[in-house]
Amino acid sequence: MKDRRPHWSERLKVTLWTLIVPPTIWAGHFLFSYLWAAVSCAKAGAFATFPTLFVVGTVLALILIALSGWIAWNQGRIPGASPPHEDATDIDRQRFLAKSTLLLACLSFVGVLFTSLPVIFLRDCL
Amino acid sequence: MSLHDQDDPALRAAQEDRLRAVWKPPSGLFLRWTDCNNNRVGVWYVLTAFAFMLFAGVLALIMRTQLAVPDNDLVSAGTFNQLFTLHGSMMMFLFAVPMFEAVSIILLPQLLGARDLPFPRLSAFGYWSFLLGGVFVGGSIFFNAAPDGGWFMYPPLTTRTDLSGLGADIWMLGLSFIEVSSVAAAVELIVGVLKCRPPGMRLNLMPLYAWYILVVAVMILFAFPPLIAGDILFEMERLLNWPFFDASRGGDPLLWQHLFWIFGHPEVYIVFLPSIALFAMLVPTFSNRHLLGYPWIVLAAVGTAFLSFGLWVHHMFTTGLPKISLAFFSAASEAVAIPTAVQIFAFIATLWAGRVTWSTPLLYATGSLAIFVIGGLTGVMVAVAPFDWQAHDTYFIVAHLHYVLIGGTLLPLFAGLYYYWPLITGKRLSDRLGRIAFWMLFVGANLTFFPMHFSGLMGMPRRVFTYPAELGLGGLNMASTLGAWLFAAGVAVICVDLCLSPRRAKAQRNPWGAGTLEWLAHPDDEDWGIRSIPLIESRYPIWDQKDFVQKVDEGRFFLPDAEEGRRETIVTTVLDARPLAVIRLGTPSVIPILTALSLGGVFILTTYHLYWAALVCAVATLACAIWWLWTGTAEIPEKPCKPIGHGIELPLYISGPAAPGWWAMFITMMADATAFSGLVFGYYFFWTRHADFPPMAMADGPGMYWPMVALVLGVASWLATIAAREVHARGDVGIARLLLMLGIATSLAGIAAGLAGPWTHGMDPENHSYPAIVWTLTVWTVAHAGIAAIMQSYALARSIARRMDPQHDADIRNVTVYMHFFALTAIVAYATIGLFPNLS
Repeated sequence: MKDRRPHWSERLKVTLWTLIVPPTIWAGHFLFSYLWAAVSCAKAGAFATFPTLFVVGTVLALILIALSGWIAWNQGRIPGASPPHEDATDIDRQRFLAKSTLLLACLSFVGVLFTSLPVIFLRDCL
Repeated sequence: MSLHDQDDPALRAAQEDRLRAVWKPPSGLFLRWTDCNNNRVGVWYVLTAFAFMLFAGVLALIMRTQLAVPDNDLVSAGTFNQLFTLHGSMMMFLFAVPMFEAVSIILLPQLLGARDLPFPRLSAFGYWSFLLGGVFVGGSIFFNAAPDGGWFMYPPLTTRTDLSGLGADIWMLGLSFIEVSSVAAAVELIVGVLKCRPPGMRLNLMPLYAWYILVVAVMILFAFPPLIAGDILFEMERLLNWPFFDASRGGDPLLWQHLFWIFGHPEVYIVFLPSIALFAMLVPTFSNRHLLGYPWIVLAAVGTAFLSFGLWVHHMFTTGLPKISLAFFSAASEAVAIPTAVQIFAFIATLWAGRVTWSTPLLYATGSLAIFVIGGLTGVMVAVAPFDWQAHDTYFIVAHLHYVLIGGTLLPLFAGLYYYWPLITGKRLSDRLGRIAFWMLFVGANLTFFPMHFSGLMGMPRRVFTYPAELGLGGLNMASTLGAWLFAAGVAVICVDLCLSPRRAKAQRNPWGAGTLEWLAHPDDEDWGIRSIPLIESRYPIWDQKDFVQKVDEGRFFLPDAEEGRRETIVTTVLDARPLAVIRLGTPSVIPILTALSLGGVFILTTYHLYWAALVCAVATLACAIWWLWTGTAEIPEKPCKPIGHGIELPLYISGPAAPGWWAMFITMMADATAFSGLVFGYYFFWTRHADFPPMAMADGPGMYWPMVALVLGVASWLATIAAREVHARGDVGIARLLLMLGIATSLAGIAAGLAGPWTHGMDPENHSYPAIVWTLTVWTVAHAGIAAIMQSYALARSIARRMDPQHDADIRNVTVYMHFFALTAIVAYATIGLFPNLS
């Protein structure tokens, strides 16, 4: 195989901590949504018609999740042995973690979308 | 791979004699109970949890008999309240969660090819705490003193001492005690999965059961502590009249509901995922192929774990929270169906792609999936808030939750029972009785709970002890009762099957032809766990690795001997399971039992308001803990390294993030920090619920001065400990001791400064929720300062006693981990109570 210089996203270290980055962003966004709604409704009695803060938070969460998913996508495609990638090698362990991270990023992305939908449909606190 | 020495049968026999001597269980009428080997403690644990399940099942049968016909008078309303409260509480706290821990304590070391879990004495402590707390809570019904406020114990019914008696205290304190043992088990299991895997078992080769256990144990760390925080507030209100949940004095009963359900909903997944984990082991075995979609299962486990923390408000849809908040939780409740379904599809796909052997365990597995899916579908229905407003507190919910729990927890456990019984006893259960029992359970469960959907939609509320004939619910209820008796008869058939087991002949080894490590177990098993710790190269080593079983049995892998007469296992790295060290494991001891007894005394005596006796028990608990740590941990070995075979030599002492003890401290403190965040949540929750919080009349306390002084002292103590660790590592033992003394002094001064704030402002916690929550945060933080001082003193004493030196510094490293969390606690607590009143 020809030597190739790994992309920066492939050189990042993959660990159990990176695995939980996307769902942690989902959790952070969820907590943010809950607090935003609770505080707006308790202190202002309503939330804005176009809630800038909420939109910014949601877009930021989606970008971060997409970014971690993209990194995981690259890391999972580093050339090496052929599938099914179940071997006792460093590269297969990395591929496994990368693929799991990618899947979690997809789930978290959908989760954030789910969470933000109500703000489109609901207009008041009652 | 051949190790010539191991070709010699005489050598192997000598090794086996040494191992046998080291792992010999204690004998004698009393001493046998001091055992801490996972194969014994795990079995005690399973049997006890099973007994509690049968007991709680009998309570349910009495309830169903009472409800069989309208206007029945078999039991009184008061007794009925105790029955349903105890049934729910015992099934959750004394059966489902402990059963998962018990099964894991048995299976995990086998699955990971470890001799035992890293902290065997902690498992024993957890078991004895569980037994004591369980008997205390369960036995209360014989004295007509059982809790009667529902398994979620909503205030104000349960906090007002004129409305509820001792039962509420028994629930709070008895179950808090059991929560301690659950957190202990979580620590044990997380460290076990991360650090005690056999060499070569990388994360991508780990058995899926271990993945699930890791995920569930982490969930326990974040789910149980909010309930512990709630318990603290609850008992403060009941015992000391601090009004956290009393609306007339600035409290709010909804705070309890939040804290309870932040625990309560993840709890559902905490009991569901380990049962599904059993499927992940038995489905490949009976499909005769590798499980399909390994990363997808990991996605499902991790994804479910996260999402399950965003669901708690769906138990509170009818409490009048803002609609937008309900919608967030509704959305998350729908989203959790995605990962849940993914794992079910992965199992179905594996069965589809494999050559299926139709066995009794697989029958239970598929049957439970069918029941679970029905419960899951009604779950999607009740996750929709407007539907829930109609169904809330009716029998529809009873039907939903029992479908989920029977399909997602109970029947999978029976599948696991039939699958793993040969592993534990060496004997198979009867396929005939097993199948008869299965059909009785399957039909019984559906006959009991399916009609409840209709009785619920027709308006039958939960928790009523009887109903009038005019409602027309008699037929549906009679069907449910007949189903419950059929279900109970099915459980009885299983019990008969278990009782017949001792009369049966031993089965062959690995009777199902499975491929995973735990099936190395021999029918006539030895207590040493595994003969030699293997090198893992596949997810199914028994299937894939050549001569695997023989090599393990002949001691051709690692650590085949116990030359120094010590119980040992290998510690490896988290990601790739590279060998790091050999650790010496705890041996049978009376200390775990004494610690459990004295800690139990604290909780049980407090229930009866015997505070001085409880204080004595608290001091005894501290003494036991120090005795345990001093004699049993961070021992300096007689030599720095030992060979484990194949030319590999490993150190006998490690400290810092590589060591299991460091991880145990880190994990325990994660739980502690979560409980603390529950209390902080209380403070800010009150702020959102009140137009003025802190109330104008009380806003001058605790002032800014004393909290800031306490904050500075806390941070100083933390920095002194870090500095002590650093200079100690460089060999300046004297300076390290001085720094530790400085740390002790600042910790103690921090206690005085912390208390001075609310004290000097005369804040009366019985007046209003504001002073009460300020006092609670203060007391929590100064108690941690007190523990910090004890830990710093411990490290100092270890140094002076020469049990800690610059090369063997686990003690001070672990104390530093505590201090990181202590500093965080002090900063958050004192900044909140000292600065926030000026902002709001």
